[in-house]
Amino acid sequence: MKIHEYQAKELFRKHDIPVPAGEAVFDVEQAAAVARRLIAATGNETVVVKAQIHAGGRGKGGGVKVVKGEAAAREAATKILGMQLVTHQTGPEGKKVGRLLIEQGMGIARELYLGLVIDREKRRICLMASTEGGMEIEEVAANTPEKILKAWFEPAAGLRSFQARDLAFGLGLTGKQMNRGVKVMQSLARLFAEEDASLVEINPLVVTAEGEIVALDGKINLDDNAAFRHQIRKELRDESEEHPVEAEAAALGFSYVGMDGDIGCCVNGAGLAMATMDIIKHEGGEPANFLDVGGGADAETVKQAFKIILSDARVKAIFVNIFGGILRCDVLAEGVVGAAKEMGIEVPLVVRLEGTNVEIGRKILADSGLKIHTAQDMGEGARLAVGLARGEGGAK
Amino acid sequence: MTILVTKETKVLVQGITGGAGAFHARQMLDAGTSIVAGVTPGKGGQRFDDRIPVFDTVAEAREATSADASVIFVPAPFAADSVMEAAAAGIALIVCITEGIPTLDMVRAREFLAGTGSRLVGPNCPGLIAPPVSQKLGITPHRVTRPGRIGVISRSGTLTYEAIGQLTALGLGQSTCIGIGGDPVGGMDFVDCLDLFERDPETDGVIMIGEIGGSAEEQAAAFIKEHVRKPVAAFIAGVTAPPGKRMGHAGAIIAGGKGTAAEKIAALKEAGVAVSPTPAAIGETMAGLL
Repeated sequence: MKIHEYQAKELFRKHDIPVPAGEAVFDVEQAAAVARRLIAATGNETVVVKAQIHAGGRGKGGGVKVVKGEAAAREAATKILGMQLVTHQTGPEGKKVGRLLIEQGMGIARELYLGLVIDREKRRICLMASTEGGMEIEEVAANTPEKILKAWFEPAAGLRSFQARDLAFGLGLTGKQMNRGVKVMQSLARLFAEEDASLVEINPLVVTAEGEIVALDGKINLDDNAAFRHQIRKELRDESEEHPVEAEAAALGFSYVGMDGDIGCCVNGAGLAMATMDIIKHEGGEPANFLDVGGGADAETVKQAFKIILSDARVKAIFVNIFGGILRCDVLAEGVVGAAKEMGIEVPLVVRLEGTNVEIGRKILADSGLKIHTAQDMGEGARLAVGLARGEGGAK
Repeated sequence: MTILVTKETKVLVQGITGGAGAFHARQMLDAGTSIVAGVTPGKGGQRFDDRIPVFDTVAEAREATSADASVIFVPAPFAADSVMEAAAAGIALIVCITEGIPTLDMVRAREFLAGTGSRLVGPNCPGLIAPPVSQKLGITPHRVTRPGRIGVISRSGTLTYEAIGQLTALGLGQSTCIGIGGDPVGGMDFVDCLDLFERDPETDGVIMIGEIGGSAEEQAAAFIKEHVRKPVAAFIAGVTAPPGKRMGHAGAIIAGGKGTAAEKIAALKEAGVAVSPTPAAIGETMAGLL
C-alpha cells in the first residue's frame, strides 16, 4: 500500500529521522492556524504548502507552494485544496486534493537522495544514495548510473556502520554531517525492516544552511502481505486514494486492474489472467480488465466477478477462462448459468472451462437457453469474444 | 529420470491438518505420492486419515520416518518459519505452496537457508510434479499430466496447468514440472531449474513460463545462451499489462519502466529460445523444436 508524505514523515519521526516541523490539515482554516503556529515557533516566515496525494511530481503540477506569511499560506491552501492535481503519475484526469501538509521552510545548502528497495536478484534490501537529490532517480540511473551508490543488507543484521560510512563519504559528507548522515541511513534501514516496507525514498534529503540533515520529502510503500502484523496500517489507509472497483475486488479476495478495452475477463490465477488479456489483444481485441478470482473459483465467485466486470459500462462481451484442474466443471458451469440468469446478463458470454467433468459442464452451458458460447480452448475463446464484442455473431 | 525427486523420495506435509493441507495431502496420495508424515504443532501423536502419523515438529518427523522432502501448507504469517524449521531439520527439498508471505520474511528465510544444504521451491506456487515417478509435491492437477520427457518451469500456477494440458493433448509427456512462484523473493529460480534439466538425461526439452516483473527471465536467457543445448520454448505473460500495477502476483509489476514482457521476450529470442506468440500455442511451440 501507498501512504501519504505526511504519514511517511510520522514514521520518520518515530524512527528518529529529522523532518521539518509541520502538520497535516483537511481545510483552509486549519492550514492558516498551522502556518501561524509554525511562524510563531520558528520565527521563520517561510511556510511550505504541500498537496497530499498518492503520486509523485506534485511540485511540477502546481501542488506545492513555498510562501511567506500566514495570509499567503491561506491563499495557497485555498488554491490547492480541492484542486484536481495532474502529474506524470496521476494520468490525465488527475487526483483531487483532500489533504495538505503545512511545513516550516528550510534554508537548503545541498540536496541528496536516499532510497531503499528490495533487490530481487540479490534477495536483500538495497540502500541507494546519490548526490543528485531533487532529480527523478530513474533518470539518474539511466544517464549517470555511477552517481548512485549502493549497499546491500539483510534485515536481521541491518545496515552496518561501515556500510553507512562508505555511502556518507561517497555523498561528500564530513565531520558532524557524516555522523548525522550515518544515523539517518541506519534509522531508515531499521524503519524499512520494522515497518515491512517495500520502498522508502527521501528525495531530497537536504543539508540545511545550518548543517543539519533533514528529510524534506518522504515516500513509503508498505508490503501488503505484512499488514497482519501492523495495526497502524488501518489508520494509514486513505480509501479516497483507492480505485473503487479495485478496492471492492480486493475485499472479495480478487485482483482487479481496469483497462481501456471492451472485453471483460474472468480468470483463475494471475498468470493465466495476464495471458488471457494478452491473447485477446493477439486476436485483435482489447481487454477491459485483469481479473484473477483466485485458485478455487466457485459459483458465488463467478457471480461476484460478473458484478465487478459489469460495473464497467464499456464491457461488450465477457470471457470466462477457468482452468480448474481439480475443480469440477459441472459445478462451475451451474454457477455461470445461475449468475447469468439471476443477473440478467445482456452481453454475450464466452466460457472456456477445463478440468474434471468438463463435458458435463459444457452440456450444462449449452442447454441453459442462455446465449452462452462455449470454447474448447483459450485461443478459440478469445477469438469468439473478440468477434462478439465487435457485434459479429459467433458460432455457438 | 526426473529432477529434484525420485520414486524413493519420502514426503512430509507441514500443515497437514489444516483445510488446504488436508485437501491437497489427499490429492497428493491419489497421485501416488509417498507421504510418510504430517506436521502440525500440538497435534503430534494423531493420525491423518487413520494412516499418516502426525508429529509436533519437523525434526521428530524426520527422525521417525526419514522424510527428505516437505510440502508446506502453513498460513502466511507462519510459513517462512516453517521453511526454516524444515531446513534446520535437514530436509533436502522444501516446497512452499503458501501465498501472501511478507517479502522480508522470505529474505530472512533465504539467508537462513544459505547455511544449509536445503533447496526451496516457492513460495506462492503450485509446487512440483514428476509424472514418471508418480510424485506430486504440491497442488498441480495430476490428471492433466502424462509421464514423458519435457520439463516445465513456471512463475504461474494455472498457466502451468495450461501448458501441461497442451503438452498432454499433443501426446508430449512431462519429466518434471516446477512452479517456482510469483513472489519477488523465493527459492529456486529459472537458472537453477534449467541447470538441472540440462543435466537430466531423460529430459529432451524445456518450457519456461515467465511474466512481467524482475529480471529472472533475462538471467535465464543469459544462462541458456551459455549453457543450455536442449531446446527451450517460452511464454511470457503480461504483454498487455500496464506499468506500475501489481498484476495479481506480488512479483508481477513493471517498476520504473523495468521488467516489461517485451524486454524479456527480446532477451529470450536473442538466446535462441522459441517464444510462443500466444498462451494457446505453448505446447505446439515446444513440439516444433523436437
